[in-house]
Amino acid sequence: MNKTRVRQLWFATTLLLSLVLMLVPLPGPLTPYKPYWPALVLLYWCLQSGDRVNLGLAFCLGLGADLFDGMLLGEQALRLTAMVFIALRFRSRLRFFPMWQQTLAVLGFLLNDRVLLLLVRVLGGDPLPPADFWISPFVGAALWPFLFLILDDLRARLRIHEA
Amino acid sequence: MALNRDDKSPLFSPGVAGTLRLIVYLALACVLMVLDHRGGWLANVRYGLSIVVEPIYRIAGLPSQGFQAATVAFADRQRLTEANQRLREDLLLANAKLNRMASVAEQNQRLKELLDTQHSLSLNVQLARLIGVDLGAFRHRIVLNVGARDQVKPGQVVIDARGVMGQIIDVMPTTSVAMLITDPNHAIPVTIERTGLRTVAYGSRGGDMLTLPNIPVSADVQVGDKLVTSGLGGRFPPGFPVGEVREVGQTASGTFLSANARPAADLDRSEDVLLLHDLAEPAGPPDVAPNAGPPADLAPDPNAPPANAGPNPTLPRVTAPTASGAPARPSSTGTVP
Repeated sequence: MNKTRVRQLWFATTLLLSLVLMLVPLPGPLTPYKPYWPALVLLYWCLQSGDRVNLGLAFCLGLGADLFDGMLLGEQALRLTAMVFIALRFRSRLRFFPMWQQTLAVLGFLLNDRVLLLLVRVLGGDPLPPADFWISPFVGAALWPFLFLILDDLRARLRIHEA
Repeated sequence: MALNRDDKSPLFSPGVAGTLRLIVYLALACVLMVLDHRGGWLANVRYGLSIVVEPIYRIAGLPSQGFQAATVAFADRQRLTEANQRLREDLLLANAKLNRMASVAEQNQRLKELLDTQHSLSLNVQLARLIGVDLGAFRHRIVLNVGARDQVKPGQVVIDARGVMGQIIDVMPTTSVAMLITDPNHAIPVTIERTGLRTVAYGSRGGDMLTLPNIPVSADVQVGDKLVTSGLGGRFPPGFPVGEVREVGQTASGTFLSANARPAADLDRSEDVLLLHDLAEPAGPPDVAPNAGPPADLAPDPNAPPANAGPNPTLPRVTAPTASGAPARPSSTGTVP
């Protein structure tokens, strides 16, 4: 297996893992604090190797997520596509931000994502969600530095071993 | 600012191409959502792709399963002993109650047969286990480990030892998804046990409560009143506990009373649940009683050779209708009086 194959495999594995993580339940009271894992992992790949992530991939990942836990087919596809579009637009700036600024940007992305979700749900006829609907983006942003460092470290190691 | 990644479309500047693509994808997503909202495709797609979806559900359920196993493995002896003791006491109490109930149930059965009604006190149930999968926060849904192969159908009622939990909304070959009664999109017809008042309990917007928003102002509803299913609407059979009223107040407009109730079932703690097989009586007039006429053992055997040719040998034979009740798996189906 050559280097690029391993990298492709690692890329696909992280995306699939993010979908599974989305399904794994947290113990009862922690449920609203669960970050939106597919978005975080996708953002990481956007910033790190922007040539692999494009809108089509985001759309497909969103469709997969909808298949697993969606209410409407296309809801998460819409959210992830919009997020990846913005992230790719500002990719060259975001990459060289210091970590705290990057974290703030990620918070912005995730909040924007929640607003989109709210729009879709309300247009679909659901009632307004309770206040802890808005906690998850903050948890996601707080986890971002760690996620970024861990994924970056793993990626670097893979590269070294295969070189 | 924008990165030049789009080598495939040199005609446009990358910004325009990217925006166009975004618009196409967003439009596609919107079309999908609208179609799905109208036609409910997602369930069909999920059923078709269940070979992918179900293993992922099982894998995602492993951590919580492992957590439970670890809890049991590392629980100290005293707690287990206490739990065991408590369960024994509960069982003893339940058995004592059952013994007293048995004769009443039998009498009830006989009286009902006399009245020619089809209600019965026996339950035809199927045991199911929860799979620990999170279907999104603020979505009151659970995943069960039985599906179409176990003859589960949408609309079946899910109960636990204390009361009604919800109903099946989505069936895949070996898993199914149930909506809890606390889902904001769920409503269940209930009766207030003490007064017999009929009303509807909706899931509440946030949290684990039920709301009863339209009780007449003159009605007698008190804190502590028990709610049971009324059996109207043809989905939930009558007489199952649903919840207990926790607070009563006037609505903002003053035209109705509204009450909040706590569900009777352990919605977030139950691990084993029961699926009811017999649905409530459908709305509309009841079917003709099937056992009208003389008992079956008086009927002539249709396979027996005719004793004599008789006056009318070409009469068509009447075959007994095949029993078409809900088939139940013998291993996991219990009949509880």
